[in-house]
Amino acid sequence: MTPEDEELAARRKSRNLVLGGILLALAVLFYAITVVRMQ
Amino acid sequence: MNAAPEVAQPLRAAMEASPLRAAADDTAMSSARIADWRDYFALTKPRVMFLVVYTGLAGLIAAPVAVHPVIAFTAILCIAVAGGAAGAFNQWYEADLDALMKRTSKRPLPGGRLDRNAAFGFAMVLAVGSVSVMALTVNLVAAAILLAAILFYVFIYTVWLKRRTPQNIVIGGAAGAFPPMIGWAAATGDVTALPLLMFAIIFLWTPPHFWALALFVESDYDRAGVPMLPVTHGLAETRRQVLVYTLPLLAASLAPWMLGLAGVIYGLVATALGAVFLTLAVAVWRNRAETAAGMAPEKRLFAFSILYLFVLFGALAVDRMILA
Repeated sequence: MTPEDEELAARRKSRNLVLGGILLALAVLFYAITVVRMQ
Repeated sequence: MNAAPEVAQPLRAAMEASPLRAAADDTAMSSARIADWRDYFALTKPRVMFLVVYTGLAGLIAAPVAVHPVIAFTAILCIAVAGGAAGAFNQWYEADLDALMKRTSKRPLPGGRLDRNAAFGFAMVLAVGSVSVMALTVNLVAAAILLAAILFYVFIYTVWLKRRTPQNIVIGGAAGAFPPMIGWAAATGDVTALPLLMFAIIFLWTPPHFWALALFVESDYDRAGVPMLPVTHGLAETRRQVLVYTLPLLAASLAPWMLGLAGVIYGLVATALGAVFLTLAVAVWRNRAETAAGMAPEKRLFAFSILYLFVLFGALAVDRMILA
């Protein structure tokens, strides 16, 4: 793996982690909204 | 996120029509690589987003209706994301201008760190997502104003006005004035006199705020060919306009108190802030400096104008909470 490939992989990994975190936060938010709306 | 939806093609075609962009596009596209998440974050103009969130929150708190914290959080999140979408569309469309100005040349698109198609797709996802979630979870009125704010910023300001008239930021400033109305509408489902006054305050605040900045970065706008008032009408006229817009701003800022929509706390804060704003605007009007080095009054007014809006809206929110 060249240094360029490693940098690319690191960027892709950090981007995927952030995207995963956002999706998780959205799932929690929609769950909370559903609970509030059902009250 | 890379591929724009098919429905966006006519929109993209219309926006691609700018004759100035080809050279900058080629540069940006050829050197684009896998973008970091920070590049996407930078695309949303986080500092502008902070102001949008703050004024939206002020509108929500000032409303006479208690909102469930989860719904309030969702509304503010949608306002923030929509603000990010508008900022991303703006940077996508203005990559050529940004490349020509020192202040903006390091942004992700002119810096070659982000592909233009990816930026457009990102902006579309944020815009559609924020308006949809607002409509489904908060209410349709707030969602409609949110959509209007995005469209106004993208089409009226970015595409139509910015490159054509020195009045660009006067009319375009309305886009940044929507958040308190959206916050209020998220809580009440309607728009009444106070949110309209909050809209008017930001609308009238934008010209002196932005022209103070444009005065001491004039050479940058000049190089990019943006018809900013100091470039087209000179420094003296710009300074006069700063003072001219300050007067209705002060009137609008005192109106909530005068009309009985806010209490004495807000009234006193608005009066004190207005007096300082006017003093600084007069200092700008009297200044005759031709270079940025001699523009301390302009720099002071620009810095104070940011503080002005934060404190004024903070006082209004606190005052309304006490009144409630």
